[in-house]
Amino acid sequence: MKQNRIGHWIAIILGSLYFVVPLIGTFEFSLRKLRGVYSFEAYRVVLGDPAFQASFLYSVGLACLTIIIGLLLIVPTAYWVQLRLKRLQPFVEFVTLLPLVVPAIVLVFGYLRLYNSSSWLPLTATARGTDILLTFGYVTLALPYMYRSVETGLKSIDVRTLTEAAESLGAGPATILVRIILPNIRSAILSGAFLTFAIVIGEFTFASLLNRPAFGPYLQLIGANRAYEPAALTIMSFAITWACMGIIQVVSRNRAAMRK
Amino acid sequence: MSFIDIRNLKKSFGTNTVVHDFSLSIEKGEFVSFLGPSGCGKTTILRMIAGFELASSGSITIGGKDVTYLPPAKRNVGMVFQAYALFPNLTVAENIGFGLKIAGASQSDINTRVSEMLDMIKLPHLKDRYPYQMSGGQQQRVALARAIAVRPQVLLLDEPLSALDAKIRVSLREEIRALQRQLGITTVFVTHDQEEALSISDRIVVMYEGRANQVGAPFEIYNNPKTRFVASFVGTLNIFEAKITDRARGAVSIDGQTVVTSRDLGDLGNGDTATVALRPEAVRLGTPVEGRNSLAGTIGEVAFLGAVIRIEVKLGESVVSLDIFNDPGLHLPKIGDQATVVFKPEDVLVIDPT
Amino acid sequence: MAAQAQAASKPVQGGIPWAWVGVTPFLLFAILFLILPTLFLVVGAFQDPDGNLTLANIGDLFTPSILSAYWISIKVSLASGLTGAIFGAFMAYAAIGGGLPNWIKPTLMTFSGVASNFAGVPLAFAFLATLGRQGLVTLFLMNVFGLNIYAQGFNILTFWGLTITYLYFQIPLMVLIFTPAIEGLRKEWREAATILGASNWQYWRHVAGPVLMPSFLGAALLLFANSFGAIATAYALTGSSLNIVTILLYAQIRGDVLHNQNLGYAIALGMIVITGLSNLAYIWLRIRSERWLK
Repeated sequence: MKQNRIGHWIAIILGSLYFVVPLIGTFEFSLRKLRGVYSFEAYRVVLGDPAFQASFLYSVGLACLTIIIGLLLIVPTAYWVQLRLKRLQPFVEFVTLLPLVVPAIVLVFGYLRLYNSSSWLPLTATARGTDILLTFGYVTLALPYMYRSVETGLKSIDVRTLTEAAESLGAGPATILVRIILPNIRSAILSGAFLTFAIVIGEFTFASLLNRPAFGPYLQLIGANRAYEPAALTIMSFAITWACMGIIQVVSRNRAAMRK
Repeated sequence: MSFIDIRNLKKSFGTNTVVHDFSLSIEKGEFVSFLGPSGCGKTTILRMIAGFELASSGSITIGGKDVTYLPPAKRNVGMVFQAYALFPNLTVAENIGFGLKIAGASQSDINTRVSEMLDMIKLPHLKDRYPYQMSGGQQQRVALARAIAVRPQVLLLDEPLSALDAKIRVSLREEIRALQRQLGITTVFVTHDQEEALSISDRIVVMYEGRANQVGAPFEIYNNPKTRFVASFVGTLNIFEAKITDRARGAVSIDGQTVVTSRDLGDLGNGDTATVALRPEAVRLGTPVEGRNSLAGTIGEVAFLGAVIRIEVKLGESVVSLDIFNDPGLHLPKIGDQATVVFKPEDVLVIDPT
Repeated sequence: MAAQAQAASKPVQGGIPWAWVGVTPFLLFAILFLILPTLFLVVGAFQDPDGNLTLANIGDLFTPSILSAYWISIKVSLASGLTGAIFGAFMAYAAIGGGLPNWIKPTLMTFSGVASNFAGVPLAFAFLATLGRQGLVTLFLMNVFGLNIYAQGFNILTFWGLTITYLYFQIPLMVLIFTPAIEGLRKEWREAATILGASNWQYWRHVAGPVLMPSFLGAALLLFANSFGAIATAYALTGSSLNIVTILLYAQIRGDVLHNQNLGYAIALGMIVITGLSNLAYIWLRIRSERWLK
């Protein structure tokens, strides 16, 4: 038993080193912009860069839009599939797994061919249209995670009984969804939303190939042309991802506490 | 000297002592049950016999050999778990043969023993099934065969029936008992179900808060419970606080009515309060009879339970429950009717108030 | 079950079939933005520029430069998938297997959630800052041990560099996927094996190992697919100097480097086939192991 435990410690410590050292390395690097002293100069430059502000805000906006559209599509579907359309389940499951099978770069390739300016639905002909296409692309990227999150939430409550109870009290389908089901799966929805946010905020492939000024391509551009700013951006990205995951943790812990 | 000897066994987890100074001797071939509510220490003792927990102090001897600190693999005991614990990746035959294979038996010996075991549990046709393809009852029989296949000197059963349906539970418990008699294997059985313990055991150890409350044959435990805990845990009992009015005659007062007991009142004297108990099946509705106790009251509740009908009679403050056998010709009393309950002086048990 | 589903699928109050109204937008979305684009590429892979059916594009995949791109992608994915699976499994087991303080497990899980989503461009920067020519670890090894890893042939911009970088999200992903499987190992299995005389090694060899194997292989396949389709990290790290298939396709989409749109479709189809097969195998293995670990 004793030497076993030592093996466990070694695995955890080596693993932690592998994960922490690059962060330390990047952080240290990001402080070296001014020769000879550690400073937050790189952060100041990045935060003051109008292109940073624009692309970051653009991606935040996209992320929010993605979450809203994704939820509007997924919540009713997951609800009705669970409640009344069980036979659609295999198909819906297939669709939600598809984004894991078809790589993002392949999908965007398909979009570019299918929705180009000379096609039947020329979404890429205008900037607005491309934004819409990009948002839908992000919804597909987030689909597996968001759907699973919502589905887990629905499975943890008794959807059928809740619905029947509400129906017997005279509630219509919209009322049931908005006033009964949604509040009960709120934490599942929040988890899905923050995960989506973390995925979308730094996404590169879609944004780059659709040529939109998002945060991902901006990161790539800075990386190719600057030395210290990319490190600062990396630390900031990591902090954002960490914040999203932290919020998910807190939210799901509250849910666990509520169930008790 | 007995086959299993447990002496002054104690087990603590940190500051929490779960088994206090427990001693018990088990004869070879005996079937002993540990009965008690969850957290009473019964499973901990079983796990100390198996070797999964080590005693804080005290000793366990099996067949004359001190095994207190021996690793489980060296003890030659078989164990059946509550949740079957069959290896999911192995077939029925491979599960049963696992212990023999580990011991290095030849494949032909393993095959012989496995088919012997399969015949014994009457499942030879399921030899190549995997655990997930079988019902709970079938899985538990395979688990039993797996434990027995290595010819252990002791068989430990940790609530093996609790996860099963009521019907299977009864038939499997009869099967376990028959097998145990046939093989003559010393068996320790842990359960929280009093009916199970009563029906299956040679002896029962009723456990409460880490101590043996009473040890005895099922008949003894049921008819002569020594403590209030045993009395209430084993079967259903009417329990009363009765004031002793005439110790010489055994007369006590329950809600102002006098009842006579032929049981020993111990060192209690006149005016003391004794805890007395009555089994529902010892009480009848009827008219007062010379030489028997009778109490007058009103019918409070009539519950039809199938084979028996449970009737509650209110006597002022307290209530007496009594059971009568079902009979289509019966005229059931109505709630609120006047009634008299009758019972023999020897059925008035005097128990330890704890 | 079927009958019940049938009965339940009937609209309750006649009138509008709300259930179908509710799922229609999703179905429409799935067809427009998932199924049609994929089908378009799949069909295109079997057409020439004039729309005639042909197998020529598929045949053209077997030219040395394209084959080598696939091969490097497969190698990186295999290396990072397998290594990630092994290390991730060890870490998950170390955190859950007992003996360590209780705070380790939740900390590891939270961190894994973060790190498995920390891919793409920032990850590449982090590893450049760590193992690049001027990286922290590179300089540390040089100054403290006198070891110049670049002189020893290491380069962050190569196969091994990319694999080490990918491990940063592969290991945590493995921890997340594999933890439920380890938690599914029941304590009683070990106890039953022990009391039947098995040593720790025999328990792993005959019970725990075989029980975990489908989950392990399945997870490794998922990791494989995960890195096979990745591009942002590789592109930010190596530009287009490393010839992996995603970068090849990226270049094709941006500048039509192959001078044949349909050959691009065929490359995409090849990727779908590879990730599709590994996902199918993953699902099959997962169903198999769930049967056991229930």
